[in-house]
Amino acid sequence: MLELKDIRKKLGGQEVLRGVNLRVAPAEKVVVIGRSGCGKSVMLRHIMGLLQPDGGEVFFEGKKLTGLGEEAWNPYRRKIGMLFQGAALFDSLSVFENLAFPLREEGETNEKVLRDKVAESLKIVSLAGTEQKMPAELSGGMKKRVALARAVIRRPDLMLYDEPTTGLDPVVGDSINRLILHLGKMFGMASIVVTHDMTSARMVGDRIAYLHEGKIYFQGTPEQIDRCEDPLVRDFVRGHASGMDVIG
Amino acid sequence: MQRVEVLIGKFGGFLVRSFETSGGVFLLLADTLRSLFRYRIRWDQLLEQMYFIGIRSQVVVLTTGAFTGAVFAAQVWFQFKRFGMESAIGPTVSIAMCRELGPVLACLLLAGRVGAAMAAELSSMKITEQVDALRALGVYPTEYLIVPRFLALVISAPVLTALALVTGIGVGYFVAVQIFGVDGAYYWDNTIKYTDRKDVMIALIKSFIFAIIIASISCYKGMNCPPGTAGVGKTTTEAVVNASLALLICNFFLTVLLNSVLYSN
Ligand SMILES: Nc1ncnc2c1ncn2[C@@H]1O[C@H](COP(=O)(O)OP(=O)(O)O)[C@@H](O)[C@H]1O
Ligand SMILES: [Mg+2]
Repeated sequence: MLELKDIRKKLGGQEVLRGVNLRVAPAEKVVVIGRSGCGKSVMLRHIMGLLQPDGGEVFFEGKKLTGLGEEAWNPYRRKIGMLFQGAALFDSLSVFENLAFPLREEGETNEKVLRDKVAESLKIVSLAGTEQKMPAELSGGMKKRVALARAVIRRPDLMLYDEPTTGLDPVVGDSINRLILHLGKMFGMASIVVTHDMTSARMVGDRIAYLHEGKIYFQGTPEQIDRCEDPLVRDFVRGHASGMDVIG
Repeated sequence: MQRVEVLIGKFGGFLVRSFETSGGVFLLLADTLRSLFRYRIRWDQLLEQMYFIGIRSQVVVLTTGAFTGAVFAAQVWFQFKRFGMESAIGPTVSIAMCRELGPVLACLLLAGRVGAAMAAELSSMKITEQVDALRALGVYPTEYLIVPRFLALVISAPVLTALALVTGIGVGYFVAVQIFGVDGAYYWDNTIKYTDRKDVMIALIKSFIFAIIIASISCYKGMNCPPGTAGVGKTTTEAVVNASLALLICNFFLTVLLNSVLYSN
C-alpha cells in the first residue's frame, strides 16, 4: 500500500537520505530503527509530504504522490495519520477541540456526533473524561495518547509513529506499545513505527528495518534481526557502542 | 586586506539574506491573497483575531493618539504664538495627525504589539511541530493561520488609526484651548475649514498599507523561525524591527505618491 522508491534528500548541506527503499503491505506493522539523527523523522516526513524528496518517489495505494503540490497532498494526508515526536497538540485548543479538529475539517458539524466520537477515541487511549483539559495541563505520556487519539480519529489506512515511547517511563511506554498493537488489530491499519528502542521494536514489529547512513541497511522479522551476524546490526540490537564510538 | 574581504563577504551575505527575506515576504503575501479568495473564511478564527487586535489594542492606540496630539499642540503653540499665528494651530495639529503622526505612530505601536504577538505565536507553533501537525491533518497553514491574522489586522488598523486621530485632535484642542487659552470657537472653525477629506483618506490608506506590511513581515518571520526556543525570541525581535523599518521607509514613498495622486490637479 505504501512504497518508497529510492528516496534521496539533502538537508543543510548534508545527505540525510541516500536512496531509501521501503514497502509496507496493508495491515503490516513495520518498525524502522536507527541511531539518533540518522534520518528516521526525515523519512516519515516524506511519507506525509511534509518534505519533498530531491530524488525518488512515494507511492500510496498505487498513486504516485511525489510531485503533487502542497494542497494536492491533502486528500491523501487524510488517509495517513501521524504521531509526532513531541505530540504537537494545538496549544490553544482543549483536548476536545484537538480531537474534534480533524472531524470538523472533514465537514462534520453535528456537535453530538463530535462529542460521541471524541469520547470514544479518548476511551480507547484510556483518557475518558479529559475533554476539557488544556494540553499544558497534561503529562508527556498523556499528551502522546491524546495526539494518538487525534491521529486515528479519522481511521487512517496507515499510521506513522515518530518515536512513540521516547522520553516516557517504561510502564507508560509499554502502554503505548500495547495501544499501537491494539489499534492495528482493531482498525486493520498498517503502521510504520520509528524508534531506537529495541524492546518496543520487537514487541510491535512484524518486520524491522534498520536505517543506516541514509539507506535501509537490513530488514527482516524480529527473529531474523536477532540472529543477524552483521556487526553494525548486532551492535545496535544489543546496544553496544563499537569502533570509533567507544570513548576513552 | 583580509579584513576587507571578510567585511565584503558579510555585507554580501546580508544583501542576499535581505533579498531572500523580501522575496519570501512577497510570496507569502501573494499566497495569502490567493488563499483569501480560494477558501471559505474561518469566521471563528477571524473574530478571535479581531478581538485580540481590534479590541485589545484600543488602549495602546488611544494613549498614543492622545499624547501625540497633546505634545504636538503644545509645540505648535510655543512656536506659532511668537509669530502671532494662533489661528493656524488647530489645522496644523489636525493635518499633521491625519497625514503622518496618526497612521505612523498608531501602526508602529501595532507593529510592536500585534506584530510581535503574531511572530511569537506562529514561531512557537512552528518549532513545536504544530504547523506540521496542521499540514498532516490536511489543512493549509496559510489559510488557517495567516489569512485570519492578516484580515483582522488589515480591517482593524484603519479603524484604530481613525480612533487615534479623533483622540489626538480632541486632546490637541483641549491642550490649546484649556491650557494655553487659545480661543476655542476660532480654533475649531479653522480646524474644520482647513482639514480636507483627503487628509483623512491619507490616514486610512496609509494605515491599510502599513497593516499589510506588518502582517506579512510578522507572519513570514514566524513561519520561517529556525528550530529551537532561542529562535522564537530572535524571530519576534526581528519581526518588530523589520516591520517598523519597512513601515517608516514605505511611509516616505507613500507620502510622495499619495500627494501626487490626490493633489495632481
Ligand atoms: N530542516 C532541517 N534542516 C537541516 N537539517 C535537518 C533538518 N531536519 C533534519 N535535519 C538533519 O537531518 C538529520 C536527520 O534528522 P532526523 O530525521 O530528525 O533524525 P532522527 O533519525 O533522530 O529522527 C539530522 O542530522 C538533522 O540535523
Ligand atoms: Mg526523530
